[in-house]
Amino acid sequence: MIGPGRVRLARGEGPWPWLAAGSVALSLLLLVGLLTLLAVRGMGHFWPSPLTLVTLEDGRQLAGQAVREERLPDSAGRERLYLTANRDLEGDIWTWVAVAEIAEESRPRDLVVLERTRWGSFQGRLLALESDEGRVEGEAAWAALETRLETLATLRAERDRLRDEVVMPLVRRLERDSGAEAELAHANARIRELQARISGGMLLLESVDGRRIEQPLEQVLRAWRPNAMSPPQKLAAWASGVWRFLSEGPRAANTAGGVWPAIFGTVLMVLLMSVVVTPFGVLAAIYLNEVAHQGRLTRLVRIAVRNLAGVPSIVYGVFGLGVFVYGIGGSLDEWFFTDQLPSPTFGTGGLLWASLTLALLTLPVVIVATEEGLARVPDHQREGALALGATRVEMLTRVVLPMTAPAMLTGVILAVARAAGEVAPLMLVGVAKLAPQVPVDGEFPFLHLERKFMHLGYHIYDVAFHGGDVEAALPLVYATALLLVLVILVLNLTAIFLRHHLRARHGALPRR
Amino acid sequence: MSVVSSPRLAAGNSIIDFDPASCCLEIEGLTLAYGGSPALRELTLRVPRQRVTAFIGPSGCGKSTLLRALNRLHDLNDEVRLSGSIRLEGQDIHGPEVEVAELRRRVGMVFQAPNPFPMSIYDNVAFGLRLQGGIRKRQLDDIVEWALESAALWDEVKDRLKSSAWALSGGQQQRLVIARTLAVRPEVLLLDEPASALDPISTLKIEELIRNLKSQLTLVLVTHNMQQAARVSDYTAFLQEGELVEYGTTDTLFTNPRLARTENYITGRMA
Ligand SMILES: Nc1ncnc2c1ncn2[C@@H]1O[C@H](COP(=O)(O)OP(=O)(O)OP(=O)(O)O)[C@@H](O)[C@H]1O
Ligand SMILES: [Mg+2]
Repeated sequence: MIGPGRVRLARGEGPWPWLAAGSVALSLLLLVGLLTLLAVRGMGHFWPSPLTLVTLEDGRQLAGQAVREERLPDSAGRERLYLTANRDLEGDIWTWVAVAEIAEESRPRDLVVLERTRWGSFQGRLLALESDEGRVEGEAAWAALETRLETLATLRAERDRLRDEVVMPLVRRLERDSGAEAELAHANARIRELQARISGGMLLLESVDGRRIEQPLEQVLRAWRPNAMSPPQKLAAWASGVWRFLSEGPRAANTAGGVWPAIFGTVLMVLLMSVVVTPFGVLAAIYLNEVAHQGRLTRLVRIAVRNLAGVPSIVYGVFGLGVFVYGIGGSLDEWFFTDQLPSPTFGTGGLLWASLTLALLTLPVVIVATEEGLARVPDHQREGALALGATRVEMLTRVVLPMTAPAMLTGVILAVARAAGEVAPLMLVGVAKLAPQVPVDGEFPFLHLERKFMHLGYHIYDVAFHGGDVEAALPLVYATALLLVLVILVLNLTAIFLRHHLRARHGALPRR
Repeated sequence: MSVVSSPRLAAGNSIIDFDPASCCLEIEGLTLAYGGSPALRELTLRVPRQRVTAFIGPSGCGKSTLLRALNRLHDLNDEVRLSGSIRLEGQDIHGPEVEVAELRRRVGMVFQAPNPFPMSIYDNVAFGLRLQGGIRKRQLDDIVEWALESAALWDEVKDRLKSSAWALSGGQQQRLVIARTLAVRPEVLLLDEPASALDPISTLKIEELIRNLKSQLTLVLVTHNMQQAARVSDYTAFLQEGELVEYGTTDTLFTNPRLARTENYITGRMA
């Protein structure tokens, strides 16, 4: 016997084994290439790359990060693209420079990068910081800026917490009944006070070509001096950048900030879908394989189920929109949420309808996998149970289903893999471009099935095609795509782990 | 006990007739078809209590079919058509008051291929008892031990009751299946070629087991092994093409068969 790890090669077989092995190698290579591309381009975005001060032959200067180089048409020279930021000064964040015109390049340590809530980043020099405590200049300004930014971060966090956890629930309560006005006024006063402490303070900045701007400190989120950072500092900055990407909500029309609501939405939707699809799929498979008379009708149903798996997902989206959203959702609104009408509660896309639509979409996968598992349970196992006086239900629940559990999980794994990556139907039944509030919070009933939600797949689409600047959006697209792959991987690994556990407990069935 | 000739069979065929009091199973005019032509034709036969009765016959003659009819395993197959009657201790097993699960508990069955469930040895033996429910852990332990002892398996597995039954050898698995069946205290044990997949040593163990069990219950054994039938059974029935050809004490049937058909088959198999 030749082990499974080796290619079976025998003389006289010709090129076939090589061809087969080659195609496997090629697929693996493509997969690894894809993941590497996503990882390098996506995760590299968070690395504080050095800022180059470029002096041109004609004396002009600019500060930026080199992105890529291209050959100039017909002439022999090359030109280089720099990310120069400063949209408020230049009107654009990109600058093309002919390589031949570069006279000098250097990396001065005093160049700063500011991440701002308006106009994107700033790259240049910090001249002074003005605040209630007076004006500081030079190196002292940088130190003052760092402490000030830390204070600002805590103040902002406190303000956001108050808004999300105190004010918003109060406002929603007030929509239903009165009584919390005083509490609300108190909280709002706190927020105004915090806001006052956040605002104030001004930075005097200068771009490398000598133009000065006054920058309100309130709009500055973070500041760093990439050329002055040591590798460990850079690593820490990178890690915190990745963490913020994972844990924060998006900003600036999804072109900046993090993707936490999208991660949450994706995982939650997939879990809800699994919870719905598994029992239905398993019951249907049991019916088809164990209960129904194995006649022509059953065969027909089986073929229909298999073909259902091939229906394009957008068709399911249309079905979900028509039946779940407008049909069932509309009726629910008429019966139970009349006071909210005409604004819909369930009569519009939401988490529940999206999960149900995807459950429908993945139902055939679960049915087919479970049926195959049931068919693999040898008949003598069933007869053995019956011969001991088990009823058909007891035979199913005690012998057949435990043996089928791994196959069911295989079905769920396939369903999860399919559902987590599906975007098209979601656009019809509940995904949102921006829903910073995740559908789970501390307010009754805790899980808000009617809310719209964000989804990593849709977020990729939105960031890539709906922002103005594709070049700037690309790193985020790569990072989000990598994340989507990782989320699916984690979900699948969980299910695989579970399946392995079950196999170890119930014994593996021979493959047919 | 008397030997009478049955009017249904061709003259010269022999059939043993037991008086009803010593009969466990009474099969009368049983005809069974899987959709098309019948696999059993007008079969009439009585199985004595606390004896080993062997069914022999060429492959495809309907031995397994007959065995499965005795505990109504055919119920699962919609295609099966059945007529005639089977009585267990005088009661028609197809009667309206008979519960199938209860019947199958009374008429246990061991199949050709060992089919332990993918659970621990203990759980396998306790399976049937747990279905009945209401048995305390202590009692369960005792019955499991008793069943494994009866199946001559206890000494081999007593230290690893919690390990998977699928890790046992084929012969051990078959004895485990017998123990599992014994644990629910059946009145009849049907054995369909129980040793055909086993080595000679395991086969001998199973045969010894069958002889020992005779004192507690009625056994019906299907086998292709003439020596085995001769060694363990008290009565033997020879079936051919769904019909009962000859039925008598094992001694008579093997040493002095009435019919040439029987003799041909037996000598053919013995050779
Ligand atoms: N599930 C079934 N569906 C249709 N026909 C069947 C089925 N099971 C058995 N038969 C047919 O019934 C006849 C008797 O089969 P059976 O299995 O009872 O034979 P057997 O005497 O047990 O043979 P063997 O010694 O080979 O086990 C055969 O002709 C067989 O083809
Ligand atoms: Mg058979």
